[in-house]
Amino acid sequence: MADILVVGEILEGDLRKNTLSAVAFAKEVAEATSGAFDILMVGDGADQAAETAAKYGARKVLKAQIDGGYVAEKHAATVAEAAKSGGYGIVTSAAGTTGKDLMPRVAAKLEAGVASDIASVEVNGDEIVYRRPMYAGNIFGYCTVSTDVQVVTVRQTEFEGAEEAGGASPIEAVEVASDPAADKVEFVGLEMQKSERPDLTEAEVVVSGGRALKSSENFENVLEPLVDALGAAMGASRAACDAGYVPNDLQVGQTGKVVAPKLYVAVGISGAIQHLAGMKGSKTIVAINKDKEAPIAQVADYFLVADLFDAVPEMTDAVKKAKG
Amino acid sequence: MKILVPVKRVADPDNANKMKVSPDGTGVTSEGLEWKVNPFDEYAVEAALRLNEKGGSGETLGETVVVSLGPNDVQQTLRQPLAMGADKGVLIDAEDETLDSVLVAKALKAVVDKEQPDLVLMGKQAVDGDSNTAGQMLAEMLGWPMATFAMSIEAVDDGKALKVGREVDTGVLTLKLTLPAVVTVDLRIVTPQAVKNGVTPDDHAYNEGARYASLKGIMKAKKKPIDQMSLADLGVEGAPAVQYSKFELPPARSGSVTYVESVDELVQKLQTDAKVL
Ligand SMILES: Cc1cc2nc3c(=O)[nH]c(=O)nc-3n(C[C@H](O)[C@H](O)[C@H](O)COP(=O)(O)OP(=O)(O)OC[C@H]3O[C@@H](n4cnc5c(N)ncnc54)[C@H](O)[C@@H]3O)c2cc1C
Ligand SMILES: Nc1ncnc2c1ncn2[C@@H]1O[C@H](COP(=O)(O)O)[C@@H](O)[C@H]1O
Repeated sequence: MADILVVGEILEGDLRKNTLSAVAFAKEVAEATSGAFDILMVGDGADQAAETAAKYGARKVLKAQIDGGYVAEKHAATVAEAAKSGGYGIVTSAAGTTGKDLMPRVAAKLEAGVASDIASVEVNGDEIVYRRPMYAGNIFGYCTVSTDVQVVTVRQTEFEGAEEAGGASPIEAVEVASDPAADKVEFVGLEMQKSERPDLTEAEVVVSGGRALKSSENFENVLEPLVDALGAAMGASRAACDAGYVPNDLQVGQTGKVVAPKLYVAVGISGAIQHLAGMKGSKTIVAINKDKEAPIAQVADYFLVADLFDAVPEMTDAVKKAKG
Repeated sequence: MKILVPVKRVADPDNANKMKVSPDGTGVTSEGLEWKVNPFDEYAVEAALRLNEKGGSGETLGETVVVSLGPNDVQQTLRQPLAMGADKGVLIDAEDETLDSVLVAKALKAVVDKEQPDLVLMGKQAVDGDSNTAGQMLAEMLGWPMATFAMSIEAVDDGKALKVGREVDTGVLTLKLTLPAVVTVDLRIVTPQAVKNGVTPDDHAYNEGARYASLKGIMKAKKKPIDQMSLADLGVEGAPAVQYSKFELPPARSGSVTYVESVDELVQKLQTDAKVL
């Protein structure tokens, strides 16, 4: 079986943590096929990111420094060339917005099919079967990819990030390949949303607010104290993001972020199919809603029928007390 | 400008939890569910119409062509964007099960070669397969620049380039693309001020969401042309690279919902039963 190339992501000059889910996937397949996996870091900050990536047990780490912000057209050719010259059978990344943007473009260069956003993998002899959510997580499909190279993006919540392996993989520089398409696109800027709270996709506790919060002031004054009392990350429904109560990057759902914390608290969220798709993998789900029939009940473990404007401040106090 | 908008029909996404798996597990059926235009493609149609009109005046500035791959009754699906205001349809005969993103992208490339649009505007993902791959593959096959997850589009340089705001994990990433290009749209592309074409007055605010077809639009759409062709006509052949062997419903969540009477009871249960506090 051919080897696996993990395409890492760089965030603020270092390895982005979601890469470790793709590493976990690569390790699993490499062990089952007696193959090896390497990690490739392409972009601004590749040197530092490669140093970090070297801690996770790869046979080797490849790197290519490309200045400036991330642009798929600037990275795809370098990734595709590295994949070709290494003869990899699987090229993989985490299924964040960068992986989803870049990898199909790389796949087209490699004439490869893509299994995107996979939830698990099974190796049966020569065959690798990917299990992936479809129809907003209401169906799981099992698929194979018949092209010589298989491109795979990995759902972060379904593959627990790889642990450091001890030691350091050797690091090699690879050449930056040019691409005519790169001349037709210019990186203008990245407006980052910063928060002191834990990252939504990595947090152990997530508290999300919906349309019922009614304003950004209420998010701040009513919901955020509970978020902080629980040491949680804050999320939101599409309705709350669309209304401008909170930034868009807090959206949880089929087309937003997928989360699977130990505890998910949905406050004033009805539980539309598209929202459930992003959070029903959570271990314990709590709903606070005026309407006991709200569809969120289909996935909730605990449901408090109450007006959130009474219940949330009360819960904030109770949590503070409980945590001492 | 001339804009090509690929649209896929999908089983009613608001009832996706009613999808069924065939008894032998090898297929899925959407029996009883209505066909809808993939919502992200509907948003792409809306964005294309906003780019191609002087907002508020009814004046049209460019041509909008919609294209779909699917069985013959996809004609019905194509009538909706035509009724919203698109000018022409292209229907490529194919069964959904015989397609994957690679074949879709190859077919769309062949249509682009014929139609020569300045822009391909499409959904970021079809909400049945949830792949989010066809647009990126198409861009690469064409050698065109792309912007995925678009939440805003602004025509600049006399309409020769687009500034596109992309909704990414960490915030908003802005790119400038020289046309021709591929743009795949995200939800927020249909907010009132998301699309600026340089002609529509700056203070013009659209209604949130995709426009409804007017009765007049629906009547007109009946007469708009839909070109039909086969994959073979476009020189596209082959089996899908991604093959599904089995489907299943997701595992049910263990246990059913417990209604609690008070905040105190909730917090106590989270501590002692769920042990998450
Ligand atoms: C293509 C597409 C993609 C989508 N993707 C996503 C996605 O990724 N994520 C997402 O979240 N949505 C998504 N949606 C939108 C989704 O369909 C719903 O419209 C949205 O999730 C509703 O948000 P909500 O629950 O906050 O609002 P609502 O549905 O309006 O629910 C508000 C809830 O608050 C309750 N409530 C009201 N007042 C109070 C109060 N005082 N106290 C307690 N409870 C109260 C109500 O009973 C109700 O249940 C998508 C839609 C489409 C078409
Ligand atoms: N059968 C199809 N016909 C027309 N367009 C399609 C088809 N399948 C996918 N697309 C387009 O490709 C986009 C991405 O689809 P996907 O990669 O399948 O998630 C969709 O939003 C459509 O615009």
